[in-house]
Amino acid sequence: MNFSMFLQHFTNALGLGSMYGLIAIGYTMVYGILRLINFAHGDIFMLGAYFVFFATIQYKIPWALGLVIAVLGATACGLLVDRIAYRPLRDAPRISALISAIGVSFFIENASIVAFTGVPRNVIQPKLLMEPFALGTVRLIPLSLMVPVISFVLAAGLLWVIYRTKQGLAMRSISHDIETTRLMGVSVDKTIALTFAIGSALAAVAGIMWALRYPKVEPLMGMMPGFKAFIAAVFGGVGSVAGAMLGGLSLGFIEIMSVAFFPKLSGYRDAFAFVLLIVILLVKPTGLLGEKLEDKI
Amino acid sequence: MSAERGAKKVRNRFLTVLAIISFAVFLQQAPNLLDGYKIRIMNMIAINAILGLSLNLIYGMAGMFSLGHAGFMAVGAYVSALLILTPAQKTAMWILDPIAPWLLGVHAPFLISILAAGLAAAFFGWLISMPVLRLGGDYLGIATLGFSEILRILITNLTPITNGPLGLKGIPAHTNLRVSYGILLVTLFCTVRLMKSNFGNVIKAVRDDETAARTMGINTFQTRVLAFTIGCFGAGVGGALMGNIITTIDPRMFTINQTYNTLMIVVIGGLGSITGSVVGSVLVTVMLEWLRFVENPIMIGSTQLFLSGKPGMRMVIFSLLLIGVIIFRREGVMGMKEFSWDRLFSFFSRQRGDAA
Amino acid sequence: MRKVILGVLICMFACGAAFAADDVIRIGFFNSLTGQNAFGGQLELEGVQLAMKEIPEIIGKKVELVIVDNKSDKVESANAVTRLIENDKVSAIIGSYGSSLTMAGSEVAEVGRVPLLTTSSTNPLVTQDKKFTFRACFIDPQQGAGAATYAIRTLGYKKAALLVDVANDYSVGLAAFFRNSFVKLGGEIVSDMRYNSGDQDFTAQLTEIISKEPDVVLLPAYFAEGAIILKQARELGAKFRFMGGDAMDNPEMVTLAGEAIEGFIYTGFAYAPDMPDMNPVAAKFTELWKKEYPGKETNANAALGYDCYMMYVDAITRAGSADPEKIRDALEATKDLPTVTGVTTLDADHNPQKDIGILEIKDGKKTFVGTVVPEM
Repeated sequence: MNFSMFLQHFTNALGLGSMYGLIAIGYTMVYGILRLINFAHGDIFMLGAYFVFFATIQYKIPWALGLVIAVLGATACGLLVDRIAYRPLRDAPRISALISAIGVSFFIENASIVAFTGVPRNVIQPKLLMEPFALGTVRLIPLSLMVPVISFVLAAGLLWVIYRTKQGLAMRSISHDIETTRLMGVSVDKTIALTFAIGSALAAVAGIMWALRYPKVEPLMGMMPGFKAFIAAVFGGVGSVAGAMLGGLSLGFIEIMSVAFFPKLSGYRDAFAFVLLIVILLVKPTGLLGEKLEDKI
Repeated sequence: MSAERGAKKVRNRFLTVLAIISFAVFLQQAPNLLDGYKIRIMNMIAINAILGLSLNLIYGMAGMFSLGHAGFMAVGAYVSALLILTPAQKTAMWILDPIAPWLLGVHAPFLISILAAGLAAAFFGWLISMPVLRLGGDYLGIATLGFSEILRILITNLTPITNGPLGLKGIPAHTNLRVSYGILLVTLFCTVRLMKSNFGNVIKAVRDDETAARTMGINTFQTRVLAFTIGCFGAGVGGALMGNIITTIDPRMFTINQTYNTLMIVVIGGLGSITGSVVGSVLVTVMLEWLRFVENPIMIGSTQLFLSGKPGMRMVIFSLLLIGVIIFRREGVMGMKEFSWDRLFSFFSRQRGDAA
Repeated sequence: MRKVILGVLICMFACGAAFAADDVIRIGFFNSLTGQNAFGGQLELEGVQLAMKEIPEIIGKKVELVIVDNKSDKVESANAVTRLIENDKVSAIIGSYGSSLTMAGSEVAEVGRVPLLTTSSTNPLVTQDKKFTFRACFIDPQQGAGAATYAIRTLGYKKAALLVDVANDYSVGLAAFFRNSFVKLGGEIVSDMRYNSGDQDFTAQLTEIISKEPDVVLLPAYFAEGAIILKQARELGAKFRFMGGDAMDNPEMVTLAGEAIEGFIYTGFAYAPDMPDMNPVAAKFTELWKKEYPGKETNANAALGYDCYMMYVDAITRAGSADPEKIRDALEATKDLPTVTGVTTLDADHNPQKDIGILEIKDGKKTFVGTVVPEM
């Protein structure tokens, strides 16, 4: 492999990795505060992409407005999911909430198949973002540069909310002890709803970015990215926003570089990622940047 | 008092034997009473119950969150199928890469292949449990999930051994009611014995409070490894039975969705309850099949019922039922409880008391 | 409350049960209406329904179509076909998009002794050693050889690369058959890259392929993935030509891939809505389709669904009976039956010898180039 090819792979990895990171920060936020593996995250992600499709292609709403509508729509869905499927299980064992999450995921996927059919849809890709250009020998599209920037801005904003605002304080407090937080006069349900709202909005943004990069919107599109982002979040250390970004980037780099260096083994691409995941967990059982969390049961 | 208890014990044992015998008679007669579709569903119930029990042992009883069941099932299904298939079948099937020569002549009868399937899955379970069981909680879930995916990717890519994505076909349909329920009975018996033994108590102690268990001198790590390995054995057997009823397998059958399916059965039935896994298996398997009718147009008079006849509706309703069960009965149908004749009798006498 | 719920459940169960009557012929249709392959199953269903609308009665009996979804899942496939045979008592079955799903169903059909005719499962293993399984489409060895022949003989390409979905039996099979023929005809395979179903990022594999500078890349993908791959290749500045197989044929293909699909060539069934010298059956199908689904493009999968139904019409008429075994025997003797995708004659392995069409995307439109005779 020559240097220019390596640079191309490097750019590709950055593009993919930051995309994983973007999905993972929403995942890790909900997980960090509620210890709930929100399997429906990938499905909210999918809904975000669908809303953009409907807004811009079906109803011809201008792009920027469509984006806002999609994020708001997905946020509303996230809140609804929390209210119906998670809130009644707040004091239940974690596995109950997990199964409920799997149920929600099944529901959203299949309701989408009923409502939107399984035919993949396209999204409008603004030329500005998609027209490839060459930087030396490396070719890339503007979107690939945008995604890391958006991810970092969102991650920074999220950190600000969690560490610099009252609501953030309440969230962190809930992540340690729900009952005590309630006694302190914090409205637990409202705070958790806010957590879900932010998480869903992040999922929707990620879904829209994903749909722009890989323009194929279908009901099961959230499954694989959700799965990968979940792994990225664990990889980086669940609950840690910076860890999620790092985990996403690492996953992107492992996937791309394993193909780049071992083209004959490209069929094993995902296996590389999983082997590394297991090894990292063995060396550092709480992920790259994770803190030791006491299990809440 | 003790005489009464003794009499009860005799009675219960008698009832158990009677129940088993009458069920055996029913199974014997089933082919005459039921059509092939219902028999297939009954077989699937038994297989799902075996899978549920094995996951329940790992998760419900030993408290290890494992998402790797599908991978161990895959190992079992492939080992069993590769042992059963004849050399002629194998030569005809490997149309892309030739089959590994050493594999061609390997052959074993059905029951041996099931045993081998369990052992192979147990071996892989043991292999991964050594490093990853040091992890706790969700991290263990992820690590096992990762391992299960690695197994699946290996099966997909190792064409000379597994025929890759083309999968295996023409596996004789050895799984019939006698086999599946026979193995289920053995599984049930072993699980009950295991949980009643000292080892069962140790497992629960490790689940409930690992530190306390360790202070009492229990080698908690070894206990968990053993429980995990036994659970994987069950997964392998279940996978093998599954392959022998579908009669064709490929790597895509064993994705995370398969694990979710089993997890659902365990949790709906009641985490930690042996009876629960069986009940959960009946509920989930029957529901999924029975709900099919909503995907055919339902006519009320001459108008079609709204949303009926739409593909996907079945899973929509199923998922709503799933969420409903979890919300309204979060501990599952059985909770941590087990079925016992005493409980059944006291239930009925209470009912009668209410009526009077 | 409990009684009410119980009552509702019993009512639902009563609705679920099927009632068989003697004066109808039940044809079962199991396909992927949800799950990963949903886009394909839906198209085939539309084709079958179109044909059924045209001929609603065979030998004086009304045809009833029983539709079962297999969720693109193997276990579900086997259950679905069992249900069709045992519960719905169908006389014949039309099969699934996705070879592995059809295989799971056909194992059941063999035991239940009901004929199963698959629409588009091109994997050779599907009908191998099967008594009751048939297909309406060509098989991958022919298709792969056809693609290789066209690439070498007509287009004059020498160096090819493969980009294969390693988890997909169709993809792996077609690539292997293409490779065999391409090498046999004097070509060279310069790169063999793999990905997994569900992947959406192919930049690594594409960058590697670009560095090997092939003339042509075989992309035996399903259309949705294929479209994404074509787009990414264009972004990375790929100069080579892409070729694909029949699974790339879908009305949405051009919409999804946009400009990147220009010049894309694929092998498929010898049917396209605007092909010259269309055979009479195809012309009729196109006309019916335009009436039934205005604004929707016709496609090969729908055509195959239509053909399957018509093959059964032919077989049942010749058998003069709705008995599954008799339909099987008649179906096996299918000879010179004009169908949308060519004249159908089933050979000893229950496979039809059908023309392999070459299609190209020109100016954003699917164009029928001609047929190719594979040099095996």
